[in-house]
Amino acid sequence: MAFDKMELKDIEVWDGNHAAAQAMRQAQIDVVAAYPITPSTPIVEGYAKFKADNYVEGEFVMVESEHAAMSGCVGAAAAGGRVATATSSQGLALMAEVLYQASGMRLPIVLNLVNRALAAPLNVNGDHSDMYMVRDSGWIQFDAFSPQEAYDLNLIAFRVSEDHDVRIPAIINQDGFITSHTAQGVHTLSDDVAYNFVGEYKPMNDMLDFENPVTHGVQTEEDWHFEHKARQHNDMMTIVPGKIEEVFADFEKLTGRKYNKVECYDMNDADVAVVCMGTSVETAREVATEMRAKGIKAGVVGIRVFRPFPFFEIAEAIKDIKAVAVLDRCAPGGAAGTLFNEISGSLYNTDLKIALSGYIYGLGGRDLTKAHLVDLFNELQANADAGKVLTQQQQFIGVRGPKLAYL
Amino acid sequence: MAKQGWDEFEIGSLLRSFDGKIDKCPAHTPQRDRSYSENNSHVASVADWRLIKPVYNKDYCIDCQFCWVYCPDVSIISRDKKMIGIDMDHCKGCGICVEVCPTNPKSLLMFPEQADEETELASWPTKDEEEE
Ligand code: SF4
Ligand code: SF4
Repeated sequence: MAFDKMELKDIEVWDGNHAAAQAMRQAQIDVVAAYPITPSTPIVEGYAKFKADNYVEGEFVMVESEHAAMSGCVGAAAAGGRVATATSSQGLALMAEVLYQASGMRLPIVLNLVNRALAAPLNVNGDHSDMYMVRDSGWIQFDAFSPQEAYDLNLIAFRVSEDHDVRIPAIINQDGFITSHTAQGVHTLSDDVAYNFVGEYKPMNDMLDFENPVTHGVQTEEDWHFEHKARQHNDMMTIVPGKIEEVFADFEKLTGRKYNKVECYDMNDADVAVVCMGTSVETAREVATEMRAKGIKAGVVGIRVFRPFPFFEIAEAIKDIKAVAVLDRCAPGGAAGTLFNEISGSLYNTDLKIALSGYIYGLGGRDLTKAHLVDLFNELQANADAGKVLTQQQQFIGVRGPKLAYL
Repeated sequence: MAKQGWDEFEIGSLLRSFDGKIDKCPAHTPQRDRSYSENNSHVASVADWRLIKPVYNKDYCIDCQFCWVYCPDVSIISRDKKMIGIDMDHCKGCGICVEVCPTNPKSLLMFPEQADEETELASWPTKDEEEE
């Protein structure tokens, strides 16, 4: 069945959800199996509308739950098709079991994860609890800070994930509401250019190859399971980083938009820096520039690729910084923040002596204001001057009640 | 299956059913001529999962193929629409074949796993006149 192409302006006004849905349309996906959940619903809805309006040739399967959505994706990917879906929060929690199946079966699937807090208390707004919950699930994780990046990273994710040396599913994170529902100018690619960049899907070990019958999802016990998991980790650590760099470079050649695993802003001569993810990166950049006018040499590091974690790039980015704050938008549940832990891990066996402190912020969509960041940069400058962390290592930003500080 | 290192097998939790390429429709190749791989369950015996077993008595069989159609484990061996016997490496002893066998007396009956087939065939029940 023929499908129609869509005429796009060079710059369209799209929110993050629509940008993701448009990229999915342009990738000419074979199967989308999905179940809507706030705030990712408009991705699924938008894609379904493209299908109804004949802009999509592939199958759109409405299922009875997120568990079924990811199961449908696993089946379709094993059968040998290009596959994607979207979800948030509780939906991801219900999918979690099948996420491990997908990565263990080495099936390339693209999942748009519109970040939202996890209940209880029930909350539909953005934080990174869902992103962190599946951090060990063996999926590649990209983080978009804006609708433009949500669009670009979708196209990039298909390329990386489906590469025959990779075959690892990929999540594209974007902040619930602040990115997903905020319309901004998005530079588009024409349908042909976008599809050519993603490329035709090349099946591998597909079940519809009747001349080479294959059983997917076999059982292994203590005699084989460890080797499979070791290989998955090895490929994440040794193959995926290079592939991501390669696809980022190709994307820059095509569009002029340059992505890095670690996005540095004013870091070259900085004394103090904030490391964070999502829309907070853009706020922190704005404040960092303002701090420079006040004589504080501030920089910002945004984590573009959360898995595989860019340990070496992070260490390189902050090696000359005196005081660094790591911001985690997730309740730490009796530990240091995840990002704080990863960054400590990337510095531990170096000779670097950086005053490293961690902050929990923004849970359930609580705003991270510019005033918060001004205070934070001032606190970092004090740490930098003292050559050590003057506060406790873990603090909370923007929560009501007596000050919280631990460790 | 040889115990290979993590870098020595295909990615994904998958197993190949056959060695090399096969004809698009393997049903056209008789089972004995298929190049089953060492990982195929065809070559693995699961006979020890069974507690009771079916015994086949060809004297009463009318080759209706009911048992072949109904066996959930594809363990009835049939060639040219003739019932040949039971694949005792894969039969799980569920007894469905016995249930569906329409002859009187039945051409398939269940016995304890350790029962001797010759003895049971020699004392096979006769026609049950009262059967509805
Ligand atoms: S007992 Fe069950 S598994 Fe065995 S041959 Fe009969 S129907 Fe098949
Ligand atoms: S069901 Fe009974 S009669 Fe029919 S083929 Fe099987 S053994 Fe023979």
